[in-house]
Amino acid sequence: MQDSLQSSYRQLEQKSKYTNIFLRWFLYLVLILFASYFIFPLYVMIVTSLKTMEEIRQGTLLTWPSSLNFDSWAVAWGGRGYGAGDTFLKPYFWNSIKMVVPAVFFSTFIGAMAGYVLTKWRFKGDKWVFLFLLFGCFIPYQAILLPMARTLGVLGISNSVIGLVLVHTVYGIPFTTLFFRNFYVSVPTELVKAARIDGAGFFKIFFKILLPISAPIIVVTVIWQFTQIWNDFLFGSTFSFGEAAPIQVALNNMVLSSTSVKEYNVDMASAIIAGIPTLIVYVLAGKYFIRGLTSGAVKG
Amino acid sequence: MKTLKIEDLSKNFGSTEVLKKINLEIDEGNFLVLLGPSGCGKSTLLNIIAGLETINEGNVFIDDYNVSKVEPKDRNIAMVFQSYALYPSMNVKENMIFGLKQAKTSKDKIKEQLEKVSKFLQVDQLLERKPSQLSGGQRQRVAIGRALVREPRIFLFDEPLSNLDAKLRVEMRREIKKLHQQLKTTVVYVTHDQTEAMSLGTKIAIMNHGVIQQNDTPENIYNKPNNTFVADFIGSPSMNLIKGKLKQSSNIISFVAEGSNLEIPIDNYNFKANDNLNNKEVFFGIRPEHIFFKKLNDNDFEITLRADLSEYIGHEQIMTFDYDNQEILAKFPSTIKTELSKETKLYFDLTQVSLFDAKTEERI
Repeated sequence: MQDSLQSSYRQLEQKSKYTNIFLRWFLYLVLILFASYFIFPLYVMIVTSLKTMEEIRQGTLLTWPSSLNFDSWAVAWGGRGYGAGDTFLKPYFWNSIKMVVPAVFFSTFIGAMAGYVLTKWRFKGDKWVFLFLLFGCFIPYQAILLPMARTLGVLGISNSVIGLVLVHTVYGIPFTTLFFRNFYVSVPTELVKAARIDGAGFFKIFFKILLPISAPIIVVTVIWQFTQIWNDFLFGSTFSFGEAAPIQVALNNMVLSSTSVKEYNVDMASAIIAGIPTLIVYVLAGKYFIRGLTSGAVKG
Repeated sequence: MKTLKIEDLSKNFGSTEVLKKINLEIDEGNFLVLLGPSGCGKSTLLNIIAGLETINEGNVFIDDYNVSKVEPKDRNIAMVFQSYALYPSMNVKENMIFGLKQAKTSKDKIKEQLEKVSKFLQVDQLLERKPSQLSGGQRQRVAIGRALVREPRIFLFDEPLSNLDAKLRVEMRREIKKLHQQLKTTVVYVTHDQTEAMSLGTKIAIMNHGVIQQNDTPENIYNKPNNTFVADFIGSPSMNLIKGKLKQSSNIISFVAEGSNLEIPIDNYNFKANDNLNNKEVFFGIRPEHIFFKKLNDNDFEITLRADLSEYIGHEQIMTFDYDNQEILAKFPSTIKTELSKETKLYFDLTQVSLFDAKTEERI
């Protein structure tokens, strides 16, 4: 009796062991499948950018390049050196940097201030202000194109990097405010009260007490804004052209305007160059991105 | 000169009246505890004293100066918060001297104060640490230190112990008491814990629904509650309130409980007014700890009640008796053997009785 019970338990144990092993392998299989699905386009891009046109024509998408050939990268970045019609990314890359840095800075800063006021210096009707700001998150890009073009014209900054900085800053404020408001809501208001008794004013409390503990949400906001602004095509193509265009617009022009032959290797290299800055930001700050999104409360 | 005086103070948030015509005075060196259930307005009152909330009506005076419209930093007060509210990005030292730096105090003076206070509170080893590296008790101490370095006229405490565990709370309570004994600074202390209030306060103001119910010494609050709310709020378990009528014949006054014939003589009770006592509907208040199992004093009143329930809590037991369908709680040492569902002889200490008008619920 005792023995048979024991052996049946042993059988159960064996069975669940096999089930576990099977499930584990199945899990890995699915994960690998999805990972390769997402990596595949990147692989094609990199491999193609390293091939010569000859190789591209003769091989398939997946064939490994015969030698590491960075010529197409050089062409994508610096052009071929002849005058008219030669579009390359370098000047537009700097355009984008000049646009994205101030736009991210100002929208983050204004968002932080607004979040601070909406949570720690409540005033009559603050809920409505927040509601209208939230509304800004849901306005589609296309809806503001015409009014914004008119505004930029009146201000005399259409077709300029400054104009794009303004557009992206204004459009980013609803999002950055939302981020910071939700973060500061979880910061105990007693901190602000204590600082007021200690004699700190509006700005001192913000800079000395709240901003130093805002690192997680600043990272989230910067990544969000950087990605949005860097990858934006619509605003860039609408409000700028020619020399003032940001990199995404230039990339488009480059790929579409190539005259005789489609140079896939140069196109791929350009696309990668245009995507690298966002990748760098993610790699450097991604760890904090997840942490900042999931955490909120500052336990003193 | 009163250190703190509050005059006809009213406060409302929208249409909710939080404080209604509060009047309060504190003499130099007193420890006033604002005690009440949550939502009674005690924290709002403290925030108003600190200047963190605006006033709708009335005035606040500190040392006879009307500070109603004065900024918190200029009121000469310091505050300790429930969540400690230590600045997370600064270390202990920076936390403690932040206020002094804002007030542009000289470097020597800051150093002197910091040394004095950190030694006094035994946080001088922790000065370089961040608040997140401190234990609850240490954070509490730093928060008190931050208040101390400013040498304020009045300390304000907003439920400073409620974030601590039970053991530490008792320890810190004693430390705050010691602190007050040594410094003799005026304190206003908000809590919902009656033990804290009783043990710390030289005066206790019990609040409910934005009104001060009684402002008195702990002894008077406990022995002579102003109304049934105070009687019920203070003490654990709270005072028995037995419904019944007074009976007056010639010079003898007695109490008869509802549904009972037994007359309890209360000749020695100090009535506020002696008229119209006959047939008055009253609550007869007696605390569980003033009901004895054995006759202790000559005047103790003997009564026989049925025991219904016994709750054993270690050092004592709480017994529930039936007094003609009204529940009576009594507290005995746990060494006494009791039997349930049995008529038991009990003794009421009639010198400790309180009587309340059944309609107004005020003490008579």
